[in-house]
Amino acid sequence: MTTNDLTGQGPSRRMVLTGMGAGLLASAAMPAVVWAQGAPIKLGFQLHRTGIGAAYGHWYERTAQAALKVVNDAGGIAGRPVEIIFEDDGTDPARGAEVVDKLVNQHGVDMVFGPLFSHVVMGSAPRAGELKVPYLVCSEGYHVASGALNRWTLQPGITDVRSQIASMAPWVAANLGKKVTMVYPDYAFGYDHRDFFTAAIAAQGGEVIAQIAIPPTETTFTRYLPQIPAETEVLYHVMVGPAVLTFVKELGEFYGTGPKPQLFGFIDSLEAVDFATPGLEFLEGTHFWEAHNRVKQADAGEFETAYRAAVGVDDNGASVSDAADVATYSHMFSVWETLFVIKAGIEASGYAGPADRQKFVEALEAMTDMPLSAEHPQGAKRFNGKTHQVFGVQNISQVQGGKLMRVHQTTIEDGLYDDAVDYTTMAF
Amino acid sequence: MGFGPFLLLALLEGTVAAAVLALTAVGLSLVFGVMRVVNVAHGEFFMLGAVVAWFVAAAVPGHAAMGFMLALVVAPLVVAGVAALADWLVLKRLNYDPEATIVATIGLLYILQQSALTFFGPTPRPVEAPFTWRIQTPWFGYSGYKLFVVLAAIAILLAVWAFMTRTRAGLVMRATQVDRQTARAFGINVDRVYAGTFALGAGLAAVAAVLVVPVSQAHYLMGGDPLLLSFIVVIIGGLGSLRGTLVAALVIGLGDGVISMFFSPTLAKIIATLLVALVLVFRPQGLFGAKA
Repeated sequence: MTTNDLTGQGPSRRMVLTGMGAGLLASAAMPAVVWAQGAPIKLGFQLHRTGIGAAYGHWYERTAQAALKVVNDAGGIAGRPVEIIFEDDGTDPARGAEVVDKLVNQHGVDMVFGPLFSHVVMGSAPRAGELKVPYLVCSEGYHVASGALNRWTLQPGITDVRSQIASMAPWVAANLGKKVTMVYPDYAFGYDHRDFFTAAIAAQGGEVIAQIAIPPTETTFTRYLPQIPAETEVLYHVMVGPAVLTFVKELGEFYGTGPKPQLFGFIDSLEAVDFATPGLEFLEGTHFWEAHNRVKQADAGEFETAYRAAVGVDDNGASVSDAADVATYSHMFSVWETLFVIKAGIEASGYAGPADRQKFVEALEAMTDMPLSAEHPQGAKRFNGKTHQVFGVQNISQVQGGKLMRVHQTTIEDGLYDDAVDYTTMAF
Repeated sequence: MGFGPFLLLALLEGTVAAAVLALTAVGLSLVFGVMRVVNVAHGEFFMLGAVVAWFVAAAVPGHAAMGFMLALVVAPLVVAGVAALADWLVLKRLNYDPEATIVATIGLLYILQQSALTFFGPTPRPVEAPFTWRIQTPWFGYSGYKLFVVLAAIAILLAVWAFMTRTRAGLVMRATQVDRQTARAFGINVDRVYAGTFALGAGLAAVAAVLVVPVSQAHYLMGGDPLLLSFIVVIIGGLGSLRGTLVAALVIGLGDGVISMFFSPTLAKIIATLLVALVLVFRPQGLFGAKA
């Protein structure tokens, strides 16, 4: 700034004011410039906020918000801030397809992620394919790797049921028994269990002696239980929906204090349910599959600790603010990991906008190993670009003193199987 | 499991289903009988009963039985209050026109369901049973609480029967059922009778829900099944006939228990629906209904 000619002293009041005014204008104009350069990346989240998947939706949303905060605090994706737009699908396949449409055409999102229930994924994925928008599911179903879906649908955040089962069947046959009765939901997700476990246990010299399918909307279960043959050594149970607690309670009442087979359950039968609920005492000593240990294990490392704190879950697997609000801990990590896969994919592909969606999918297909890290707190993973499916470690836990303690962990190799499809050869 | 124990378990399950169904369906039948209103929102009153029971049980500290007993009193009263309000605000303004009230109660169904979703949330929540005593037979265990449900339902149904046949209020209700105009001519406040009937019907659904909630769980979508089954029972038994409703509830409940256990639950539903179709074709007034 120049000095006043007449007095030889500092700048005049007028000049200072002018300068300040100019500065004010510049600073007011500045954010607009920054915004134009780093317009937020908009991600659509297909959320089971209501309907039979609501218990999961509640925690999927919370996990997505926590991961989003971590991403934005660290500078966003490729220097751009990130926004997530949540849209409720009512855990309904028809509405699921509408939600994909709405997110893409109305909200203008860059890509869609987040659905869990397999019937919603099956109903929505074709629409995502038509709209040519990346659709990243967090659903465990074998539908992605089976080849039933399309080039735009990927599952980079959670291992599929087929792999989970293949990796655990040897342990079940060796430690629990070889004559198995299965109880599973009567739709796609349950059939994955039925088909792959039946095959996997046969490969171990075991046998499934009865298959009991239960409609997912059923509210009372005692009537199905007498179908369990008396010679059953292992009862394999997996249930989903609002009545899971009723199912397990009635199972306990049915066996009572009498002799019962070994129980091996998928934690789905008790996700979001407190093991201390009266009526569940009979589960003591039984085994469960867990993708991600609900109870913080003694060997938990820094990534696990940081993740647990970020999503607000205490050492027992419940919300830090409400001990009765039990997390869907074995599934929700997939939302966290998927968001970080999206980040890696966008940064690797140089994605700038919807025109680059194909480049983004190709970048994901090129991914392979994902080491245990803050981005992948559940464990190391290996992505198969051909089948669009990721593979990770699985845990078998035993209820000890009312808490799920890990007794066995599988390796990634335990869960690998031959590719059934090569999506990379399909057209976009 | 041998045939004997298998049948015993099927009958036990069927009896519990029949007891709960009878309570719910009697409420629906009363409302239709006295008011000629087909209450499509009946299942939502059932749901509301379970939801209120959860709030009451969660608010009461101490032993689970305390919360449950309080819920058994409070929930039906709250639900009856909501129903009386709905009658005064909506049904009365429509002059109880049969077609209009069907549409209105469909609207009520959505209002109640979405309110529950908003204020209670989408997660199913358990209410603890007042006691955990269990019967252990040599073949299977069975919840003692479920037997309590049957006894409680019988007691409440007897009370309803005594109310309808032994009290002045019951007499007034029956008089209104027979002829609304004549009842009014004899100085009966028909508006008050209607509000009371609608409240009683909803209250009965709520009682059934409070009894059931420790074995199922409160959930905002739980009203669908009871509504459907109640309609099946009421149509088979004869709209407006309490005796018919009871008999039909027993037939459907026990039949459902036995058929779903020996064959499949889907077959049980097929047969129940078929029965409704047959009744509608051959005896449209229902097994015990008076000819229209």
